[in-house]
Amino acid sequence: MIDLNLISPEIFISLSLMFLLIVGVYKKNSSNFIYNLTILSLFVLLALILNLSHIEEAFIFDQSYKIDDLSTFMKILTVISAIFVMLTSSKYLKLTKIFKIEYPVLVLSSILGMMVMISSNDLIVFYMGLELQSLSLYVLASFNRDNLLSTESGLKYFILSALSSGILLYGFSLIYGFSGSTNFNEISINISDFQYGLTFGIVFILVGLAFKISAVPFHMWAPDVYQGSPTSVTIFFAILPKIAALTVFIRFLYVPFVNMIDQWQMIVIFLSIASMAFGAVAAIGQKNLKRLVAYSSISHMGYALAGLTTVTNEGIQSSIIYMSIYLVMNLALFSCIFMMRRNENYFENIDDLSGLSKNHPILSFAMLIILFSLAGIPPLAGFFAKFYIFKAVIEQSMYFLAIVGLLSTVIAAFYYLRIIKIIYFDPEKEKYDTDHHIGLKISLLLSTVFILIYFIYPNSLIDLVSKINII
Amino acid sequence: MFEIGLGHYLTLGAIIFTIGIAGIFLNRKNIIVILMSIELILLAVNINLVSFSIFINDLAGQIFTLFILTVAAAEAAIGLAIIVVYYRNSGTIRVEEIDKLKG
Repeated sequence: MIDLNLISPEIFISLSLMFLLIVGVYKKNSSNFIYNLTILSLFVLLALILNLSHIEEAFIFDQSYKIDDLSTFMKILTVISAIFVMLTSSKYLKLTKIFKIEYPVLVLSSILGMMVMISSNDLIVFYMGLELQSLSLYVLASFNRDNLLSTESGLKYFILSALSSGILLYGFSLIYGFSGSTNFNEISINISDFQYGLTFGIVFILVGLAFKISAVPFHMWAPDVYQGSPTSVTIFFAILPKIAALTVFIRFLYVPFVNMIDQWQMIVIFLSIASMAFGAVAAIGQKNLKRLVAYSSISHMGYALAGLTTVTNEGIQSSIIYMSIYLVMNLALFSCIFMMRRNENYFENIDDLSGLSKNHPILSFAMLIILFSLAGIPPLAGFFAKFYIFKAVIEQSMYFLAIVGLLSTVIAAFYYLRIIKIIYFDPEKEKYDTDHHIGLKISLLLSTVFILIYFIYPNSLIDLVSKINII
Repeated sequence: MFEIGLGHYLTLGAIIFTIGIAGIFLNRKNIIVILMSIELILLAVNINLVSFSIFINDLAGQIFTLFILTVAAAEAAIGLAIIVVYYRNSGTIRVEEIDKLKG
């Protein structure tokens, strides 16, 4: 007998998204109603996941679906960040006239896809989750359909993401053929003896996953998509798919391919080094804030991948902590970008920040904290995130990786500090509007406070994450 | 007697896959061609999966193929919809002219 209780969050979210779609179609002018209901259902979803959080490891559907500490933690992270993303972006959607019923429904369906990805323990289940997530994200990226940039970013994201799915699937077919199963546990048993087909399969799968996580050299979609899509979608892109992609990276490397470490370790180290260095260097010349965030997120993904190369539980945990702190910082930064609004127009260039400190001292101080934290300056949260990664990497005597990471942190500090200089020392511009939505204010406040006081209670996050033992 | 084995099917799959990848990167004309290339890639995967599934006597591969076919149809639908929306804004679907976002 299958215990359907274990997938109650997934069942709830699919039912609620169908219900919301029907209500939205039959009830006229219901976008506000649907939007609020979506936030409410995300809270219920969070409660349902927390209700299952005591389960240490459980399989359902013939071992193709797995609920364990990793999946529960990542699902909680996904849902909490989704709530904050929804809270911050409502006013933006209204002012840019894309406040439609489809928007929250698409957000919900992509979250469902992410949850399936996170919990999958089978190639088929993983593929279905991935496609459900991607198909919703294609539409979200081109959601502002009368805007040339938004549709172009949707088109580019669609083409490159479909290509990466194809490459990933080719890898799946090879892995399936040479190991004889689509189940992760069985693959890891059958994969032990060396075969060329398996190596090819692993390479193809890693390429596909690197596309999804936007690691160099498969990052080319990220800057265009981040810049072109509506800001409310960019914040979604910058946070949620990364959580799911990092989780499947952990799952793939440490469940089916755990006996092939020699085959994948060098590839992941290369991805990590290239992402850290390229993201830091390429962000220097950027003028658009969203594009800059894209390059900085490429660099941050490099650090998160560095933790995965260590083949220790500490390394994986440090990656997960890095991811959690990174998404709080991103949320805070995007809340600041949402606040750059004058007469119903949003601004997103770095020049628009010039002299911000004269008119908006509080917002500037929040940005100062966030940018210092992104640059990794102690005692802010971003420093600890990088510290755990470097600690795990150096304990495995991978000094080259650590040195490249430190050097790119120094390079990255340049462009973060340049923004601070523009905010504090450049000639001031016109005042921005200050009548922000309460959700936006709350999320900026909470995330900035988290970054600021993380160093007082670092153990609360570490205790949560240290339960996750993969190996 | 000449016998068609697993290797032949895999070679066919690999050739179609390569044609699909090359079609995406070498094509400078039309986005529709890119959509067709993506379909080619997915078909190559299907050939691989079905032939593996028969040669190792396991049904999972053929079931996977059905899922891929369904998803490919959905993907093509969304892709065409995005292309239509893009065409309304820009008046062109030539690959060289999709360059408003760069830096």
